[in-house]
Amino acid sequence: MKLRMFLPLLVLVVLIGFFIVGLQRDPTVLPSALIDQPAPAFVLPRLDDPSRTTSLDEYLGAPVLVNVWGSWCVGCWQEHPVLMMISASGEIPIYGLDYKDDPQAARQLLATSGDPYTVTAFDGDGRVGIDWGVYGAPETFLVDADGRIRFKYVGPLSERAWREELLPRIRALREEGS
Amino acid sequence: MIPELGHFVLWLALPLAAAQALFGIVGAHRGSASWLALTPVLARAQAWAVLIAFLSLAYAFLTVDFTVLYVAANANSQLPWPYRLSAVWGAHEGSLLLWALVLSGWTVAVARFRSGLPDAFAARVLGVLGLISVGFLLFMLMTSNPFTRLLPAAVEGRDLNPLLQDPGLAIHPPMLYVGYVGFSVAFAIAVAALIEGRVDSAWTRWARPWTLAAWVALTVGITLGSWWAYYELGWGGWWFWDPVENASFMPWLAGTALLHSLAVTEQRDAFRAWTILLAIATFSLSLLGTFLVRSGVLISVHAFATDPARGLFILAFLVVAVGGALTLYAIRAGTLAGGSGFALMSRETLLLINNLLLAVACAAILWGTLYPLFADAVGAGKISVGPPWFGLVFVTLTAPLALLVGFGPLSHWKRDEPRRLLEGRWVQALIAVAAGAALTWHYDGGIGTLIGTVLGSWVIATVTIPLARYLPLRRVPPRQLVGMTLAHLGVGAFALGITVASLHSEHRDVALRAGERYELSGYIFVLESIRPVQGPNYQAQESSVQVFAGEDMITTLHPQKRIYLVQQNPMTEAGIDAGITRDLFVAMGEPVGEGRWSFRIQVKPMLRFIWGGALLMALGGLLAASDRRYRRGEVVSA
Repeated sequence: MKLRMFLPLLVLVVLIGFFIVGLQRDPTVLPSALIDQPAPAFVLPRLDDPSRTTSLDEYLGAPVLVNVWGSWCVGCWQEHPVLMMISASGEIPIYGLDYKDDPQAARQLLATSGDPYTVTAFDGDGRVGIDWGVYGAPETFLVDADGRIRFKYVGPLSERAWREELLPRIRALREEGS
Repeated sequence: MIPELGHFVLWLALPLAAAQALFGIVGAHRGSASWLALTPVLARAQAWAVLIAFLSLAYAFLTVDFTVLYVAANANSQLPWPYRLSAVWGAHEGSLLLWALVLSGWTVAVARFRSGLPDAFAARVLGVLGLISVGFLLFMLMTSNPFTRLLPAAVEGRDLNPLLQDPGLAIHPPMLYVGYVGFSVAFAIAVAALIEGRVDSAWTRWARPWTLAAWVALTVGITLGSWWAYYELGWGGWWFWDPVENASFMPWLAGTALLHSLAVTEQRDAFRAWTILLAIATFSLSLLGTFLVRSGVLISVHAFATDPARGLFILAFLVVAVGGALTLYAIRAGTLAGGSGFALMSRETLLLINNLLLAVACAAILWGTLYPLFADAVGAGKISVGPPWFGLVFVTLTAPLALLVGFGPLSHWKRDEPRRLLEGRWVQALIAVAAGAALTWHYDGGIGTLIGTVLGSWVIATVTIPLARYLPLRRVPPRQLVGMTLAHLGVGAFALGITVASLHSEHRDVALRAGERYELSGYIFVLESIRPVQGPNYQAQESSVQVFAGEDMITTLHPQKRIYLVQQNPMTEAGIDAGITRDLFVAMGEPVGEGRWSFRIQVKPMLRFIWGGALLMALGGLLAASDRRYRRGEVVSA
């Protein structure tokens, strides 16, 4: 019996350990540390005009959706019409976070497919995404009037998800506020 | 009634599989001839039970029986019947049933073609396969019963995920599963060999066609998936380094290494322990893939079924199956060492380097896929590793592989002279540089294009030499050689395709209204009209886009934007004109006002070389698997 023959077994044990930890964390929900916590602050260049900066604070005072997207992301292309619909409904402003993207491609996409965002912040290296606990795009956060994250939706938004998951929560926030 | 029958026979399959495992493994240990004779009978009975269960579920789908929860969740009365059939494996429960069916298919095949193997060894192999069956049947019956009733019945079904309503995706999962699960045979052989405590060239020779067959199916399955993503997801990408794609690619890399390592063990009786470890690793990675997809540990666009309870079960299964095999390996593999020595310059060394590169690529992709999980577990937050990491790893590790594949088939076993290997290679080197330079000039490329195309051309120029040597002999070369040559040609074509398609594709997102045109890479795209069309279970807007090269009209493309009525999901059906030298691709985006729609237009040169190369590899594998010396069934002892 040679000790090095146990190496593959050791690798497996380590992997399994991580899986057990990973299983107890549901990736579709926010890391518990961020629920009802203030949204991580940031100042980023605007996608449409990198010489100007933007931060989420400018838009607080009322609930706002923060949508993490990228021109490279398949799911974002899929949810785009839903975002356009939300934006047209005037129900809630959408703040875009262009995540790990090529700004040229992102601008072109918005120019040709329509821009549902009130403003889009450009997070080229994904630092802000990390603060926000973004695993991958698209993700949509509901931030309340006080700047606390109240809900997170992972994956492409569908009309049904908007109707059944987001809209009731937004209306509840309004009730709470008034 | 029929769903109850299915549920019942599924329960029946469980003790049959357990008995198959018991009689096989214990029977071989006790050397009881009657137990050994019973094992294949039990394997066949188990396979029948699983087949009847599968057919019952298929029947429930074809008759749209909405009293079955799984049917109501994944079908609709408007769903065309071929998709009703493919909906059987369209979601979690049914795809597990398909998994079990494929496994029993492989088991029966082993039972049928076991002649040439000692009875005890064959029984052990069947026994290990029985154990795997027990695990999957338990998984299904405990956490994911596809036959659960829904009473009162649903009035209408929720319909199949529109992404899956496509011929490519209807056959992609079965092919992938045949590959994944097929590696269970190599795994079972490895475990049986560890139990016996000896590895001989008889079983490696026997293992090779099985491993090849599984590898071929996996190659085709991955290719189909990539092709599907290209035309169905609407972005024109063909590989996303998505965790689920990686989950199928890792066993492929490990399986490719295993094929090469098996060659060494069969021919030269070396690398025994390594071959065993690779056989275990390949199937373990298949199981890991199942775990990743089904548990929700990693979120990806593909993960349509996530449930922690299921994840926990697969994890436990992983611990038992892989942990058991690796423990056995740790205890026994030390005694397997030996085999013939070889010089530093020999085919063995080249294949060793091949194995190392493939194993490192596999490990790097495993690391990149699981890194977000590690980072999350140690509290560094949920982060993702993007395509750039995978792209870099893949290119750095496959470039030396492409260089070496030119020498591998030419080298001698045991000992070779560098002078002999290099002699005359300047001809191929010249051809490669000339072809690469020509392609680079044609596409106006840079150093990346040059390196990629030279390497691809080098592979194509060199791997055909051994076959060319048969020409003056006027003899039919062995299928194995033809197969190997084809597969390696596939590697060359793949390298060319991947280089040119990744570096020289053009895409634009443009807004067009009827009558407008757009020019890209010398092609003129004219939007003729946009009109509504009605499908069986969807409504769509269909554009008619004419494509011209100069004055000549090449084709008319008909991309669609579909809304599926039940789930209200928008789907993009791209219009594609495929060609050997280039693909023309038009996908519809959204209406952007004033009668304009956004379009994604792409010109992708040599894209078909990627899939063509992969299919050549599969064809080569198929030829090699059917080589005469594997079909005879006789065992020549080493």
